[in-house]
Amino acid sequence: MKTFWPRLLATTLVPVALFVLWYVASSDSGNFFFPPLAKILAAFDKVWINAGGFGDIAISLWRLAIGFLASLIFSLVVGVVLGLSKSARDYTEPVFEFFRAIPPTVMIPVLLVVSGIGDASKIAVISFGCLWPMLLNTIEGVRSIDPVLKDTCRVYRIHGLRRLFSLTLPAAAPQIVTGMRTGLSIAIILMVISEMFASRNGMGFMIIQFQRTFSIPEMWSGILLLGLIGVLLSLLMRVVELWVLGWYERSRVR
Amino acid sequence: MADESVMEKEKAPKAALDRSDPMLAITRLRKVYQDGERSIEAIRDVTFSLEKGELVCIVGPSGAGKTTLLRCIAGLLAPTSGEVVLAGKPVAGPSPGLAVVFQEYGRSLFPWMRVRQNVELPLKASGRNAAERRRLVDESLQAVGLAGAGDAYPWQLSGGMQQRVAIARAIAYQPQVLLMDEPFASVDAQTRADLEDLVRTIWARMGMTIVFVTHDIDESVYLGGRVVVLSASPTSVMRDVTIDLGETRDQLETRASPRFGQLRSEIYALIRDAKHHRS
Repeated sequence: MKTFWPRLLATTLVPVALFVLWYVASSDSGNFFFPPLAKILAAFDKVWINAGGFGDIAISLWRLAIGFLASLIFSLVVGVVLGLSKSARDYTEPVFEFFRAIPPTVMIPVLLVVSGIGDASKIAVISFGCLWPMLLNTIEGVRSIDPVLKDTCRVYRIHGLRRLFSLTLPAAAPQIVTGMRTGLSIAIILMVISEMFASRNGMGFMIIQFQRTFSIPEMWSGILLLGLIGVLLSLLMRVVELWVLGWYERSRVR
Repeated sequence: MADESVMEKEKAPKAALDRSDPMLAITRLRKVYQDGERSIEAIRDVTFSLEKGELVCIVGPSGAGKTTLLRCIAGLLAPTSGEVVLAGKPVAGPSPGLAVVFQEYGRSLFPWMRVRQNVELPLKASGRNAAERRRLVDESLQAVGLAGAGDAYPWQLSGGMQQRVAIARAIAYQPQVLLMDEPFASVDAQTRADLEDLVRTIWARMGMTIVFVTHDIDESVYLGGRVVVLSASPTSVMRDVTIDLGETRDQLETRASPRFGQLRSEIYALIRDAKHHRS
């Protein structure tokens, strides 16, 4: 732990410096669109902590979690099956390439028509967007398992669920996690964008409302909040990674 | 004394086996790979057998289909014709009576599992109870000289130690036949000598039947009770040489003995001819 404090200093130095610079440089700003940071922070406190904004954060994160986890489970199940079967991959690959090429945002109007303006359409958009990186990475991770390890399992007659949990999932885990990381950042983007279209709540809705009513400090506070949530979620992702892939990272360092 | 119980276990499956039957019999084995319109004959006609408790080395020129042959014996590959019979039963897929130590030691161990878990996994799959698993893992790690390394991860160990883990995993499984596919091809010379002696020790102590595939003529003579010399591909058996160097082998004395030199030259000449006769 000798390196903890220097490392903490190194990782926080630039963000803190930028924050201070922003604070000082904007302190006497008269520009309507770039208000002083002090005003933004005051708005932050007012909107997200003291007023009802907290509920909007919860709603957004709930949609994000459901959409992301649904896609994750789907990718694991379907990805393992397809990763193990060459013929199933041959049938499905062109379709996946097509779907992956569709920008998920264009699905928003379609899904609005199909599933209304409630939670379902937002969750569907988030799921659809983050599915492809997770699914394709899972397939690739399972497909590229070392043939020597597969032979080892065959020789020692390790089958079924034991094989799945001893070989398939751990061997594919580094790729699966890569897909999850990409999927999560797409999911966050889609969470905000889906709420900017026909919606009654959520962080994206709030930000677009502030923009339309020229509540500029409030709008900036929402952007700041999204940045913070992004950082927290990527930290959370990092914890999951250390937990699932501890062996992998330590074997890489050597 | 801890190793004795591994020995006893090893004897158990023998009961089903007639005394006169070989432990492993390969008969007229042929393997043709089909690649679209083209067919490649890797193995033409291989016949040989092992009595229980024999240690037989298989050598051949590079590209002689040694690995193909071993995969057919292991049940990982179906032969085009001919058959492999293990302890009286035709092999039609990986058999519980057989373990393999692969050449690529680093890739045959599960990097997300500790050494103990690696050795234990096949035992879990074959339904041994926890107490028996613990005993077998302890005994086999001790037999390969890794009693203290059970909690390490494979990637924390040297190449030679990793191959010891793979050997421990194989002997803990208590196979009737142990196949070793050029297991020491990628370790340094000193480690290699140690591991060769380890194989001899384990073989002598546990009475295991071992097929040891190698491209190294010296290694085959040093280790084997017999050496089966393969031709170049399409492979057949050129000669089955009995190695009359006695039961105890020593890296210095055995290798320096005149008889070792004779056997070595004999096999060397065979393999050189095999290369030149390649059509």
